[in-house]
Amino acid sequence: MLNQLTLTELVARLARREVSSREATQACLDQIQRVDGQIRAFISYDAADAMAQAEAADKALASGQTHAQRPLLGVPIAIKDVIAAKGQPLNCGSKILGNFISPYDATVVEKLKAAGAIVFGRLNMDEFAMGSSTENSAFQVTHNPWDLSRIPGGSSGGSAAAVVADECIAALGSDTGGSIRQPAALCGCVGLKPSYGRVSRYGLVAFASSLDQIGCFGKQVRDAAIVLKAISGVDHRDSTSVPQPVPDYPAALTGDIKGLRLGLPKEYGLGSPGSAGVSPASAGGLDPEVKQAVEVALKHLQNLGAEIVEISLPHTDYAIATYYIIATAEASANLARFDGIRYGARVAGADPIELYSKTRGAGFGAEVKRRIILGTYVLSSGYYDAYYLRAQKVRTLIRQDFLSAFEKVDAIICPTSPTAAFKIGEKADDPLQMYLMDIFTISVNLAGICGISIPCGFTAWPKLPIGLQLLGKPFGEETILRVAHAYEQSTPWHKEKPPLAS
Amino acid sequence: MDYEAVIGLETHVQLKTKSKMWCGCANEFGAPPNTHVCPVCLGLPGVLPVANEEALRLTALTGLLLNCSLPPYAKFDRKNYFYPDMPKNYQVTQYDKPSAVTGYLEFEFNDSLARVRITRAHLEEDVGKNFHFDRNSGVDFNRAGVPLMEIVSEPDLTSAVMAYEYLNALKDILVYGGVSDCDMEKGMVRCDVNVSVRPKGQSELGAKIEIKNMNSFSGVRKALDYEIPRQIEVLKSGGKLIQSTRRWDDPAGITEEMRTKEFAHDYRYFPEPDLMPFQPTEAWLEEVSRRVIELPLARKRRFIRDYQLPAADAQTFVWDRPLGDYFESIAKQAKSPKAAANWVINNLRAKMTESGTTLADVKFQPPAILELIELVENGKISSRIAQDVFTEMFSAGESPAKIVEKKGLAQVSDTAAIEKFCDEAIAANPGPAADFRAGKTAALNFLKGQVMKLSKGKANPALAGEILERKLKAGMETGN
Repeated sequence: MLNQLTLTELVARLARREVSSREATQACLDQIQRVDGQIRAFISYDAADAMAQAEAADKALASGQTHAQRPLLGVPIAIKDVIAAKGQPLNCGSKILGNFISPYDATVVEKLKAAGAIVFGRLNMDEFAMGSSTENSAFQVTHNPWDLSRIPGGSSGGSAAAVVADECIAALGSDTGGSIRQPAALCGCVGLKPSYGRVSRYGLVAFASSLDQIGCFGKQVRDAAIVLKAISGVDHRDSTSVPQPVPDYPAALTGDIKGLRLGLPKEYGLGSPGSAGVSPASAGGLDPEVKQAVEVALKHLQNLGAEIVEISLPHTDYAIATYYIIATAEASANLARFDGIRYGARVAGADPIELYSKTRGAGFGAEVKRRIILGTYVLSSGYYDAYYLRAQKVRTLIRQDFLSAFEKVDAIICPTSPTAAFKIGEKADDPLQMYLMDIFTISVNLAGICGISIPCGFTAWPKLPIGLQLLGKPFGEETILRVAHAYEQSTPWHKEKPPLAS
Repeated sequence: MDYEAVIGLETHVQLKTKSKMWCGCANEFGAPPNTHVCPVCLGLPGVLPVANEEALRLTALTGLLLNCSLPPYAKFDRKNYFYPDMPKNYQVTQYDKPSAVTGYLEFEFNDSLARVRITRAHLEEDVGKNFHFDRNSGVDFNRAGVPLMEIVSEPDLTSAVMAYEYLNALKDILVYGGVSDCDMEKGMVRCDVNVSVRPKGQSELGAKIEIKNMNSFSGVRKALDYEIPRQIEVLKSGGKLIQSTRRWDDPAGITEEMRTKEFAHDYRYFPEPDLMPFQPTEAWLEEVSRRVIELPLARKRRFIRDYQLPAADAQTFVWDRPLGDYFESIAKQAKSPKAAANWVINNLRAKMTESGTTLADVKFQPPAILELIELVENGKISSRIAQDVFTEMFSAGESPAKIVEKKGLAQVSDTAAIEKFCDEAIAANPGPAADFRAGKTAALNFLKGQVMKLSKGKANPALAGEILERKLKAGMETGN
């Protein structure tokens, strides 16, 4: 079935005119019909609009346009509900936006359309990207395709689940503290978080502006490389995007990683085979099966010719605290605009203050409120220096840790998530336990570097995917894609499908 | 006990840019509500600000005009508060790293030069405008995101009228420098006034009271004229003033308390993560400094000093800068710059106003004015005729000498011809002639006028006077 193809395979078949975009798009829509009642990855989608785009793509192909010109021509790609697409609902997994329809395209959506993609569907997420399980969505709970009683990870849980369940060919998500990599790990696909400034944030509804980055989900590494190439680049509408040339990412996938030096952070509690690992507090929650899978992956990478080098990221233990100060501070301001005055849901009040408080009281979920309150507190007069200012200093140290490490190694290797997917509801009442799910991903956002999660095995029972994370230096996406691709192509994990999908 | 007032002003000025601060919407007053808006200035989900370069340049330019230094590093911050006219519920502003710091402004006050120190000039965004109708309210976001510069003075002002003069001087500079149109009617300038009073001689400041959101300079003056005596009265009667915010009720002519320090906002400032810090390069600063113009006061003083002009003429050339530049283009060659100024102001400007034209339309070359003055000085034409020649120059653009020649306007200094006119005038006016002989010397002027008339204005008036006088006196001697 066409919806099961990788992006690379679909592009090849579209290019040979063996299949049409309409057939591929219809196959995805059929799959949604078939499985999404159980997965619940999509909040909404417009089938007629998707088919109209597919028809236009087929016409373009018929008129001689090629994938050299438009690399995603005819490929159905679904979008996390936090990225604006003109004429489509934009809810961010929240009730507060009411029936808001975006009047504009995010830069990444413009770029996908320019590259010929069929941009469709609104993928479920934790409300305003705040969460690690997608349980914080105001719309629905998304289920892990490998075990419907389990969470898909978050906050881009809808994106990961949709790709793994073959409901779309690829998907966009956003990653503020692990929101692409963690669900990719828990659902068993490729999730790429580019370096800060690599991809324009224009049209990404901000959670924490200095940490947010748009990235992609794919069924294999090459797919992610193709999508990344299409969405990257400086944007005059985003002052924080960086005028760094966009490399030919797929061309970096040489399969050869001989001599590459991969750093293993001693603070993460892993031992490279043959060395005694240390197990500090931050790694206390690392599941033995995950630990073992990653250690085996290390061995495999050594066999492929990479050198494993122990490195140190001394400020690791401060990452989560630092993150929850900076992210919540920025969120408290970013989410202030949802006030019921200009758009979105409104609960009337006798005066503006009452209107704000009723609208926001009814519109935001518990986790969002918790973070707004935290952020408001840490910015308050008298607390700013002790929290926000200090957190910014620690953030600089964390970034420095990584930059120092990258003087010695080409990439860093570690687990994506300390455990495999947990049960729906299992951690819902324990926000701190939930925050610890991001222990291996969060520093990457603080440092502004890039990271990718790829499948590296399964737990024994139930069979749940385990993710391997590769971290690269700022704008070092080519290196981590190359290592990820070499690993993937020499292991069987990416070929495994959850029973439900097929 | 005598008291004195200590006043500092925070002046908000809309900058003269084509587009808004963060987006491409027009920065234009008076359009129908919510027509100059886009996702960015409406604060829709997902949008990002991009700083308007020209607004940054105008702020730096203001810094240079106000003798400020321009720090190598400036940044934007978010100032958090909820209000319906604020699309994002935070205002992007420069909190602790402004674009310009520590300068001063000089202006004429009480026949001397006053200097008020400038703390800072920083850049921020304007907000929308609330409208209240019978049963509901609306917000017009056309103004939201218009570049707004705030100029903060040190508390160097000591009276209502001094504050008023400071504001006028500031406005002159900003308009002059092309930074802002400062159109008060359009709300382009707004002011927060900080005022306290203290016993004369005391160095410690009194409780600071802020009067917010004044939208006219005369309002500032009136509010201070009310507020300063009010504060003094409170202290004199043994009361205590506390730091607070008040508002000016213009119709009632009073200030009233809005909130005290206890209830002051906590704006929770933090660095705006969507914008990079601004670090001006040498080239950028060079470009801005090329736009620095001579300040109005300096120009006035220079015109008085270099061209010996009266203050009023110098002021005219300050207000009308192109006219002043025009004047300067000939003033250096002028024997009498004052005469040149008279022609430029009284004749050229008047003609342009009359015909609705500008300097660009003037047909003659500027030095022609000097030639014209020269013709009068040399006695070639009378000042009366000079007026006609100027009219001709203005309408046809010919040189004054050519006009005089072509139209035969040269002054008649031929004694024989003038004698003939004098004889005619005396003959035709026996009464005045007799009056003169009887000692009424004023009658000579009447007869001189008659000679000018007969000569169609061309007779050299001085010569005509001499000849008339000689003839009349000769008549007396001979008994005619």
